[in-house]
Amino acid sequence: MKPDQPKTVTRSRGTVILYTIAAIICLAGLADATYLTILALTGETAACGGSAGCFEVLGSIYARIVGIPVATFGVLGYFTAFALATFIACGYSRLRRFFTLTVGVMFAMTLWLLYVQAFQLHAYCRYCLFSAALTFLLAGLVVASPAPRDS
Amino acid sequence: MPMMKRYLPFVIVAAVGLIVFGGGALLYRARLAALRTAPKVMTAEEKAELGHLRGDLKAPITIEEFGDFQCPPCGTLAGDMQKLEKHYGQRLRVIFRQYPLAMHNHALEAALASEAAGLQDHFWEMHDLLYREQAIWSKLPDAVTLFNGYAGALGLDLERFKKDMQGPEAKARVAADQKRAASLGVNSTPTLFLNGTKVDFPSVNFAGLRKLIDEPTSPTSPKPSP
Repeated sequence: MKPDQPKTVTRSRGTVILYTIAAIICLAGLADATYLTILALTGETAACGGSAGCFEVLGSIYARIVGIPVATFGVLGYFTAFALATFIACGYSRLRRFFTLTVGVMFAMTLWLLYVQAFQLHAYCRYCLFSAALTFLLAGLVVASPAPRDS
Repeated sequence: MPMMKRYLPFVIVAAVGLIVFGGGALLYRARLAALRTAPKVMTAEEKAELGHLRGDLKAPITIEEFGDFQCPPCGTLAGDMQKLEKHYGQRLRVIFRQYPLAMHNHALEAALASEAAGLQDHFWEMHDLLYREQAIWSKLPDAVTLFNGYAGALGLDLERFKKDMQGPEAKARVAADQKRAASLGVNSTPTLFLNGTKVDFPSVNFAGLRKLIDEPTSPTSPKPSP
């Protein structure tokens, strides 16, 4: 893989800033998702202390998919998005469509999880809402970024 | 593009990957080690007789507690008991007995939840969690939903937990503890027995219990282990 230097717009200052911001947002999401994964795998409960909603969400059947904590998929999603944003910020502009696709999948997953919290469990988890806010921000950045000009 | 710049994203992504996955694995191991309680080697008979035991099976100091998860003084005592366990280490063993009071609307459900968790070998985790979160679930009209959440957060098999909470085994364990309470004349919570001797309520706290254990003249002082 080689950076696509002259023919793209991705080395413009605005794009570098935009994807650097996206990478930083992904890092925050990565930290959140990693922490939740560790909690889910160890059965540690202190982080939910004092919040009934947190326990009801993270302890529900929706918190795992075939036995794997949902947060694990968050780790994979945020790490992929982080890696793509970093590469794009460094000039690998062809990866933009993969970044858009990744954020799109994360956005859809976030909508599903928000639906579950609001209408199935009637409870909210602060870590999940934080992650949802980050994904919304990422989606906003994708929408705000200029469309890639392919040769 | 200079060579360094070309490889920069690879370096950044690899470094972050290493931190997240390596650090995550280390944190996971550290948390697991911190949560892991000392292994209990108990026969079925000992289990039936001793109930829920934490600490060394042959420890010279035994505190048997009759508790109600919804009783506020029991919640306060739970913190003191953990401090005592830390302080005396292998010298102390704690036995917990269920004594849910009828005046507390969720006490029996909480007792059954802890027993259901116990059937999956997570009694003490649920015990600590119920006491820690007592102020939250005590006020709810429906505490069972939250207990299910606790079970899920502890990594228990949720379906089995729900079934066990309603099942005869959990109820039988609670009933057995209540029978023992009646035989010992227990009528309030928390009631403690230190090496078989009932502890007066004013001493049912960290300082009071330490004094009783450490005082050589105390009738309940532990005898040196053989």
